[in-house]
Amino acid sequence: MTKLTPLAVAMTAVLALGACGKKEDPKPGPAAGAAPALTVKIGHVGPMTGPQAHLGKDNENGARLAIESLNAKKLTIGGTAVTFELLAEDDQADAKQGPIVAQKLVDAKVAGVIGHLNSSTTIPASKVYADAGVPQISGSATNPQYTDQGFKTAFRVMANDVQQGKALGEFAAKKGYKSIALIDDRSAYGKGLAAEFQKSVEAAGLKLVATEYTTDKATDFKAILTNIKSKKPDLVFFAGMDPQGAPMVKQMKELGLTARFMGGDGVCTTDFPKNAGEAAEGHICSLPGKPLEKLAGGPAFRERFKQRFSADIQLYAPYVYDATMVMAEAMKRANSVEPAKYLPEIGKTRHEGVTAVIEFDTKGDLKDSAISFYEYKGGKLVYLETLGAPIASAPASEKK
Amino acid sequence: METLLQQLINGLVQGSIYALVALGYTLVYGIMGLINFAHGEVVMIGALVALSVTGALTAAGLPLWLAGALGIAVAILTCMALGWSLERIAYRPLRHAPRLTPLITAIGMSIVLQNLAMMLWGRNYMQFPALFPKAAFSVGGAHFTAVQIIMVLTSAAMMIGLAFLVYRTRLGMAMRATAQNSQVAGLMGVNIDRVVAAAFVIGSALAAVAGVMVGAYYEIAHYQMGFMLGLKAFTAAVLGGIGNLGGAMAGGILLGLIEALGAGYIGDLTGGFLGSHYQDIFAFIVLIAVLVFRPAGLFGEKTGERA
Repeated sequence: MTKLTPLAVAMTAVLALGACGKKEDPKPGPAAGAAPALTVKIGHVGPMTGPQAHLGKDNENGARLAIESLNAKKLTIGGTAVTFELLAEDDQADAKQGPIVAQKLVDAKVAGVIGHLNSSTTIPASKVYADAGVPQISGSATNPQYTDQGFKTAFRVMANDVQQGKALGEFAAKKGYKSIALIDDRSAYGKGLAAEFQKSVEAAGLKLVATEYTTDKATDFKAILTNIKSKKPDLVFFAGMDPQGAPMVKQMKELGLTARFMGGDGVCTTDFPKNAGEAAEGHICSLPGKPLEKLAGGPAFRERFKQRFSADIQLYAPYVYDATMVMAEAMKRANSVEPAKYLPEIGKTRHEGVTAVIEFDTKGDLKDSAISFYEYKGGKLVYLETLGAPIASAPASEKK
Repeated sequence: METLLQQLINGLVQGSIYALVALGYTLVYGIMGLINFAHGEVVMIGALVALSVTGALTAAGLPLWLAGALGIAVAILTCMALGWSLERIAYRPLRHAPRLTPLITAIGMSIVLQNLAMMLWGRNYMQFPALFPKAAFSVGGAHFTAVQIIMVLTSAAMMIGLAFLVYRTRLGMAMRATAQNSQVAGLMGVNIDRVVAAAFVIGSALAAVAGVMVGAYYEIAHYQMGFMLGLKAFTAAVLGGIGNLGGAMAGGILLGLIEALGAGYIGDLTGGFLGSHYQDIFAFIVLIAVLVFRPAGLFGEKTGERA
């Protein structure tokens, strides 16, 4: 006992230092003077290094913004004033790192986890959280397998790839495309989205003329694009992320491949038109939910985010923000920060979020599966239309 | 037919980049027997420095061609300094250490440089200025651009220049002597430290040029852009016979062609059984096959204690 106390103090100090080092800019600590204060640790995981680091940072900023506004509200849970603390971790978008980082957060006794970003890391990590009983809400992992595993702790606030792939295929048919080439980046996200898209277009009677593959680290696609060109499709569908998508459309242009380019949420970013330049013009992508501009709190959120981080929202930050809010609200309703006590409350969520009205089905998927389509015009995303469950009917028809 | 022609062009352009980067690997390996895994990161630093300098100068009102030229010059000088420092700080103290030690140091330096670049330039993908004219040509249905021609020509010029340096100058003679036996070369009055430093500086200058070209070609730059490129170029160097300049060039171009043709035809040849996701595997199968029959690579010499 005599030896343990100094050791514990030292460990706490080290932990606190570690947490400080990860913060963007040091914030003043919990309001001094609040008598019995409780610090609730919320984990966040996304790639902070590697090709998708820009998206990881964007996610982390979304979570950070939520945590900061929660702390500003000075919540009281179970009679004690609580301060939320973000433990931000890096999984490098690497499936092997996912569970390692997850274990680290579980060992740090987090109350809940927001993330991960990629399906490939979220799925292996979800088992670790499920075993430890730690609730997990991902703002961006869309592979259906994540919630299909039957873990009570797994939730997401974004339509999954079954919903999105299906809508993308329906949209392609609606727009009158006849022959389609498919490029799959072989990540958990790309594979899932490509499979659902393929099912959907084939059901609609469209012809898949080529299926090509790349990786989530490639920069040169000329070889596969040349192949695709020889099959003369009128639509090229890419199931992957923007680091590949942007050079891909450029190389399509250079090769004289005039087919329309279409992708899912992974290429619906602000970086995509910036890096693809003119080549992005006229291409189509989809995002789950309704456009921020069409939602009550959307434009204000965009402004707030920009002010706080002096950067535009890349992609998933609003979803991650919502995920964090959903978790905090469940804690408030349960009047407890104990995972076991507030976990059932997450399933009963009805939250008017920035991105959608969030309600979960029994698997932990989003009930509202609206998918919106956008086109790049003049370097900007221009909203086209929304397919799937219209958001307006959701509040009326769904029970509490 | 036009598809084949296009794939050959794709492969040639990709291959000439690999070849240019592979030269840096092979130059250092030939002299020291060290695989400088940080070489890909030097390529990346070259691209990012050129991007920043060009961006700053065009913002200051200079025309793009002048800003671009100055950007390339600064990038080359920065990379030369970086190559020299790498050798001085990380490798020279380990010259007589067991072979594994400098190898691990090289991997360490690669990680250090990546993270340094991440801190300096951030995590976002950056748009690289279009330094070269945008002209596009079409021959027999195959498309290619001015950038691609410039890349292939620059690579060829760099390779010829390097070959001239190694085989026709006093420094080159000193390099070859050091490669054969550094101790004896030292006894004959060759300043080994200077020769090794020169190899790093020259290799890094080539890397800077490669970085700028890769950036200008894909018009995108990122702190991790050098990693995969470095691995591929290393493969190319091994394929051609590491330590051999001609081998690095041939290996690079061969690897580029194998990748393009592999991705292009593997699906058709196997009736859809294997798709383009076997592109890299195809390249490595060729590598393994070459190494089985010619362990020193296609053009590698039997160097006994070195290879």
